[in-house]
Formats: sequence, structure tokens, C-alpha cells
Amino acid sequence: MTAVQEAVTEAPAVEAVPKRAMTLGTGSSLIMLALLIMAPLFVKNFIIFQLTMLLIYGLAVLALNILTGGSGQFSLGQSAFYAVGAYTSAILIEHAGMNYALTLPIAGVICFAFGFLFGQPALRLSGVYLALATFALATAMPQLLKLGYFEHWTGGVQGLVVTKPDAPFGLPISQDMWLYYFTLVITIAIYIFSVNLLKSRSGRAFMAIRDNEIAASAMGIDVALYKTLAFGVSAGITGVAGGLGAIAVQFVAPDGYTITLAISLFLGMVVGGVGWLPGSIVGSAFIIFVPNIAEGISKGLSGAVFGVLLFLVIFLVPHGARQVAMVAQHLFGKLKKR
Amino acid sequence: MELFTNQVLAGIATGAIYACMALAVVMIYQAIDHLNFAQGEMAMFSTFVSWQLMQWGVPYWGAFLLTLIFSFLGGIAIERLLFKPLAKAPILTNVAGFIALYAIINSFAGLIWDFTIKQYPTPFGSSPFLGSQLISTHQAGMIGVTLLLLIALYFFFQFTRMGLAMRAAASVPESARLVGINTSWMIALGWGMAAAIGSIAGMLIAPVVFLEPNMMLGVLLYGFAAAVLGGLTSPLGAVVGGFLMGIFENLVGTYIPGVGNELKLPIALALIVTVLVIKPAGLFGRPIVKRV
Repeated sequence: MTAVQEAVTEAPAVEAVPKRAMTLGTGSSLIMLALLIMAPLFVKNFIIFQLTMLLIYGLAVLALNILTGGSGQFSLGQSAFYAVGAYTSAILIEHAGMNYALTLPIAGVICFAFGFLFGQPALRLSGVYLALATFALATAMPQLLKLGYFEHWTGGVQGLVVTKPDAPFGLPISQDMWLYYFTLVITIAIYIFSVNLLKSRSGRAFMAIRDNEIAASAMGIDVALYKTLAFGVSAGITGVAGGLGAIAVQFVAPDGYTITLAISLFLGMVVGGVGWLPGSIVGSAFIIFVPNIAEGISKGLSGAVFGVLLFLVIFLVPHGARQVAMVAQHLFGKLKKR
Repeated sequence: MELFTNQVLAGIATGAIYACMALAVVMIYQAIDHLNFAQGEMAMFSTFVSWQLMQWGVPYWGAFLLTLIFSFLGGIAIERLLFKPLAKAPILTNVAGFIALYAIINSFAGLIWDFTIKQYPTPFGSSPFLGSQLISTHQAGMIGVTLLLLIALYFFFQFTRMGLAMRAAASVPESARLVGINTSWMIALGWGMAAAIGSIAGMLIAPVVFLEPNMMLGVLLYGFAAAVLGGLTSPLGAVVGGFLMGIFENLVGTYIPGVGNELKLPIALALIVTVLVIKPAGLFGRPIVKRV
């Protein structure tokens, strides 16, 4: 390798996505919202639980999407932030007797700080190095959680059991349904926050860094600050998702947060379309329902199915669900004209 | 003092394995500028293949040789089928490809040979080496095989036409193409050799960590740490880094209380981050300067 590399000819880390192409129009957003509100009224409790998990993983994928699609950085270590969020909520609920809803912002803040600090060295790292550092983080996380020092708090290998909250104010709905609507409200709040974040000054800074770091810094963007900020925001949202996940599953244990989870979230982002925020929910549906089907055929098959599908997506629809949605929209437009 | 010598020697033995993994990682990194996250799984799969051959009655060294050939061809096939079309794609796509490969191989190994832990034989035995209590014959064998491999690779790259062509293709692809080197096939060859080197690491470490689909995760992480420590652009650095990692791991585990096997992976993480922060180019690597 020559000491001086041609930066100009180098492919960008992530393909550029225009800001307008990142979200849904008002009409489709409202239809989506109506569907999400109506859905649990017609199904059984177990399916409501799965829908809740769909929203939770959707949040985690959304967080990764902000980081990768927004600022062009990679993370294979989202499972670590998810784990920290889950443990924060679980420990606060079980040891400090705190209300479950209050633990979520705390989980978010702690994960934001953790992500911001981990992002500090990430400033120096780009592309593959960042992927490597976060890969190491995800691999090491379960061992850190099992450590003897923290066993009093984390419950060691056994993990912690979390009590499921009842619906407040004596509302006549089941626990599962309450949790679903609770999650839905938080998801919508975070989604709106993310859309506005990407439209704001900071969001434009993220995208400028994604498309060309050197040009961005020449325009006066504090590259170091915005890169760590993107990392922190992403980790914070993942932490909230982790906290919600702990409450929904009612259980946290180190082996629930292995590299497999990080791979799933990464896969969800690629399938949903990098940089297309609504795609997060598509990606999340993918990582929840595909393993169910695959494991039904043979145990241990889900990894292979994930991998093969990931390759198919890379080769056939590199823009994931966004591409599919755009093709559908195009066809729909043609039909209308006739 | 005896404890110290003992630990250093044991460290060199595991370090030999890390050196092999790091070397495999660096070979692919030099060829295509990407880290192969599936390197460990490829090595694990090869090790399972050799185990299967032995179950069918092939003697150890026969299985060893057949597995090397299998891995070499497998590596080339993976490059031709999956990664050659991705050569011009963004980094993200490549990372996704490696992650996909990781998931596929891990899952298939589990499907074919299930997830139970298996014993893996060693051709060297596990009695004390030359009657001394310091090191076992298997550990000595690990060091010996790795040294042989390194010497062979050194001669290959320094004194053969093919080795020269591979070095040229990795360092200045455009010029190499101009003098008539088929750089595309040199990359495939690099993949094949990396897969074969990885399989040697897998077969040597399997008697120590036992055979199961997730056995290489820790080894791969230490291989990465070694490669980063030595500098991702330097094969020599990868080897030195590997031995240093092995010694470091053992000494830390012995002399710092509370740091046992449970902290094995976090230590590797800490090392990777530290090296990347203090000296991103590693001990032997060249810093990359970008031209605007």
C-alpha cells in the first residue's frame, strides 16, 4: 500500500441518501399510525407481545440507522448499548423500586454517556476500525455483565427477573396491551425526535460528514463533536429500547445480549434500507419473524437464513425496503394515470 | 521465577495461534482493505472438516493436509462467488457481507455437527516436553508448526515469482496490472492462503479450547487485537503482535488478581481500543495519509 492514498477515488463508506428520501409522506405516516393503533384490538395477548417487541427492535434499528444512515459511521456493537439500557432499567426497578416509566430516561442518559465516551476513541477510527472496535465491544459485553464484582446488582449469570407493570388508573386492559400502547407512545415520540433531528442543523452536519468528512470540516463543522454526538444519540435511543425490552420480556441475562443480537440489528438496518427511517420497522419485523419461521424448520437454522437473506439483499436490492417501497410507489403511480 | 517462565512459554504457545489468526486477517486486509469478520468461523469450519475426516478413519496428518487443501479452495471459492462482485461497493456493504458469511458458517456448522462440545485429538501428546515441567508437547508442537509455517511463508513471499506478484498486487495494484500481473487472481490466492493459515490455527487450538461452533470467537478477537497491535498493514507486525498478545494474556491472568478467564474478552477489547487511540497504525504499520 502506498503511504499516500487517493482519497478522491475512494468509495464513500455509506451511500448518500438525500434528506427528503429519509422519511414517509404525511398520508402514509397517518395510515401507518392508524394501523399501529388498531392492530392490538383484534389479536391475542401473545401476538400483542410480539408487536411490542417489533416496536422495541424497531427503535434499536432506528438508532443504528441514525448513526449509519445519518452520520455514516458503523456499529456492530449496538447489542452492548441495548444491554446497558436493559440492565439499567432492570436494576432500578428491582433494587431501587423505581417506577418503570422513570427508569427509561435514566437508561437513555446513561447509554448516551456511554456511547459518547466510547465514541471519543471512535473519532480517530473510521470505517473498518470502528466496526472492529464495536465488534470487540459486543463480544466482550456478556463477559462484563457476568463479572463477580457486579453480581450483587446484576445477578451474575442468572440475570434478573423484572415485574411486569399493570395498566394504571384502573384501565380495563390487559398488561400486554397497556405495555404495547406505552411502547407505541415512546416509539412515536422518538421517531418524531429523530426525523426532526435529521432535519435540523445537527442532522445536516451528520449528513455532510457522511458524504465527505474533509469537505464538512472545511465548511466549519466540528467533525469530532458531531461524530461523537451521533454515537451518543444512537446509543441513548438503543438504551431506551433496551430498557423497554427488559420490561416487556420481564427478564435480563448476559447471554441475551451477545454478538448475535448486534448482528440481528445490523441486518434489520440493511434490510430496512440504510438511511430510510420508516424502514426500521420493516427491518425489525424481519428480525423478529424470520427466526421464528426458520427455527420452526430446524434448530440453529436462523443464522444461515439471516446470512443468505443478507447476501440476497446486498446483491439484489442494495437499498433494502426503501427500494421496494419506491418501486411499488412508481407502479402505483402508473396504474393511477391509466 | 519458574512460574514466570512457565507462563511466558505458555503465552508463546497460545500466541502462536493468535499470530496465525492475525496473519490470516492481515493477508485479506492487505488484499482488499477490509477486515474479515468471518475469519474465525472459516477456521472453525475447517477444523470441523478435519475432525469429520478423522471420524471416517483418515489418520491425523492426512486429515490435516486434506483440510488445508479444502480450506484453500474454499477461501478462493468464497472470494470468487461472494466478494469479487463487492469490490467496488461501499464499506458498509462489505461489512454486511462479512457479517452474513459469519452467520451462515456458524449456523451451518451447528446444523451439521450440532452444538455439543467435542474432544479434538493432538498428534503431539500432552506429556511434559523433553521431561521439563515448563511446557507440554502439544504446546511445543503449536510453537513448532507456527514457526515452520512462518518460515515457509517468508520464503514464499521473498523468493518466488508468485510471492513477488502477490506483494506487488497488494501494494500497487495499478502498476502490478500494467506489468501483466493478474491482480484479481492474486486477491483470490490471498483469500485461499488466509483460509488455509486460519485452518492451521483452528486445528492447533482445538485440543485446548475443544471443538464447538463458537470456539473461535475469543481467538478471533485476540487475532484482531494482535493484528491491530502489530499494524494492519504489516504481516511481520501481525506475527509479533500475536506472540505479544499471548504472553500478555497469560501474565495478566497470573499476576493481576481477579483477572481470570472471565475477563479474557474485555482485556482484548481494552487492548484494541487502547492501541487504536494511542497508535492507530500499530507497532509496525505505516500511517495512512489521505490526499484531498
